[in-house]
Amino acid sequence: MSLLQVRGATKTFGSLVAVNDVTLSVEPGELRAIIGPNGAGKTTFFNLVTGFFPPSSGQIFLDGKDITQASAVDRIRMGMARTFQITQIFPELSTRENVQIAAETAMGFRMRPWLSRANRAAVAERIDETLVATRLTEQADRLVGELSHGDQRSAEIAMSLALKPRILLLDEPTAGMGEQETFQVAGLIRRLHKHTGYTIMLVEHDMRVVFNLADRIMVLTEGTLLAEGTPDEIAANPAVQAAYLGTAE
Amino acid sequence: MSTTTVPGTLAAKPAARGWLHLPIIWAVLLAAPYWMPFVGGYDALASRIVIFGLAAMGLNLLLGFTGIMSFGQAAYFGLGAYGAGFVLRYWVHSTPLAILCGILFGTAAGVVFGALMMRRTGIYFAMLTIAFGQICYYIAYSWNSVTGGYDGLRGFTRAPLHFGSYVLDIRTNGLLFYYFVLAVFAISTGIMGVLLRSPLGRTLIALRENRVRARFLGIPVEQHVWISFILSTFFTSIAGALYALLNNFADPTALFYVISGNLVIMAVLGGMLNFWGPLIGAAVFVWLEDFISSQTVNWMSFIGVIFVVVVLFFPRGLLGFIRRRSA
Repeated sequence: MSLLQVRGATKTFGSLVAVNDVTLSVEPGELRAIIGPNGAGKTTFFNLVTGFFPPSSGQIFLDGKDITQASAVDRIRMGMARTFQITQIFPELSTRENVQIAAETAMGFRMRPWLSRANRAAVAERIDETLVATRLTEQADRLVGELSHGDQRSAEIAMSLALKPRILLLDEPTAGMGEQETFQVAGLIRRLHKHTGYTIMLVEHDMRVVFNLADRIMVLTEGTLLAEGTPDEIAANPAVQAAYLGTAE
Repeated sequence: MSTTTVPGTLAAKPAARGWLHLPIIWAVLLAAPYWMPFVGGYDALASRIVIFGLAAMGLNLLLGFTGIMSFGQAAYFGLGAYGAGFVLRYWVHSTPLAILCGILFGTAAGVVFGALMMRRTGIYFAMLTIAFGQICYYIAYSWNSVTGGYDGLRGFTRAPLHFGSYVLDIRTNGLLFYYFVLAVFAISTGIMGVLLRSPLGRTLIALRENRVRARFLGIPVEQHVWISFILSTFFTSIAGALYALLNNFADPTALFYVISGNLVIMAVLGGMLNFWGPLIGAAVFVWLEDFISSQTVNWMSFIGVIFVVVVLFFPRGLLGFIRRRSA
């Protein structure tokens, strides 16, 4: 069964149709990329899936369960985690504390005024494990707001990983990055996908990143699904080429 | 100015540098009745400082740690005072019961008002805190037969403490009463410190830092705003109850928005990103109020100037400034 299924999702803002009748399904272990020109509705589609706002029509299923009406917080409890185009972190806390808040919330401790020794150890273990996976161990005690852009991105991904999600949703993970940092973050995503087997869906502008990482690609233009397939199929698709390169006059 | 923020400005890990300042703060507080006379102080003034310090620290749970503006904190301070006064005036002559009832009054109001406000943000939240505060003020002001109206609730005194056959006469002995206030302060701030270092406390700091991120980690933001509000009213109402015991009197001005404003000034003056900041702010504010008001009726203008200077030049407050120098 597909892990994530979207059926006919539509989102309108007034008379603007930002996402128009989009259907997709993501299999467990898959890395799915969503591409499209600016204003194609990629981030809006992402926001529908993660519950930032509800769809105007259509349905969303996580593991066969209808989550169309579920709140963002509920979706996260059910196994979603996301990052944002503009990095969303707790800037004046250390990297460790950032991951700690994520871990404690995911482990159901967010209302606890104290923790037993065993629970504290379990939290510490999850933090360490996450920091190792994202190669942030050396930055653990630095304020996350002082880290490089690439490391801040890694920290945001680390917070998502600490939730132990079933599907990881990354909104333009390499946005605004130079060569070096793009390489760093793309490498992290590849490791998470190949070695840890995470199911990942990402929106991305950098085509090298997309065609290197993705198992399947979905192309959106003007809110509509233009094409879907493997990287080779997408690269060979005339409609996609037209959308990206323009048609010959 | 560099961009390096002082680490450890957060409750999340005060332990890192907390070892040094804790003994200093407690030594100064414990010895207060002995050094205060040299700067024009006296026992009751020391009690006042500690009481307003606790009220401002309670407010700062919202202001500094959760990042929420509240301009109606006096309501819970005043309700704490009336709650304590009612017990002593109408029911039993017991100091512990008076404090418990004060906490109950203030916190119950915090639970109800907080539930009504938790979905609002920013200026709307702040306006509602003022509105609810003023509602409490006008009830206390108009309900003559119960609250004593404009004249306040009179005709009660704090009761001595009984431990078996041993009696601590905090009623007539101002020095003993100060140490009683300090003991309540110690327990309250102890609880507050533990809370802020707990997972629950960290969720509040998470709200201050980034609400979008907090929500997308699975923290139901509104629920935690509510919890923060309730905790804040809890601590401020303890201070209010102590205030009624200090004065043997509760009057509507304790609920008035001017007190709310004073509590905000204390927190900002001392440094709201610092656990102890509001206490320092309260000490400066209350002492200046006492000292300058004996010289001139325009004491508020001096406070105003100091406040402006602090906000302009030491945005992290007095304690934030001292820490930065020594860091």
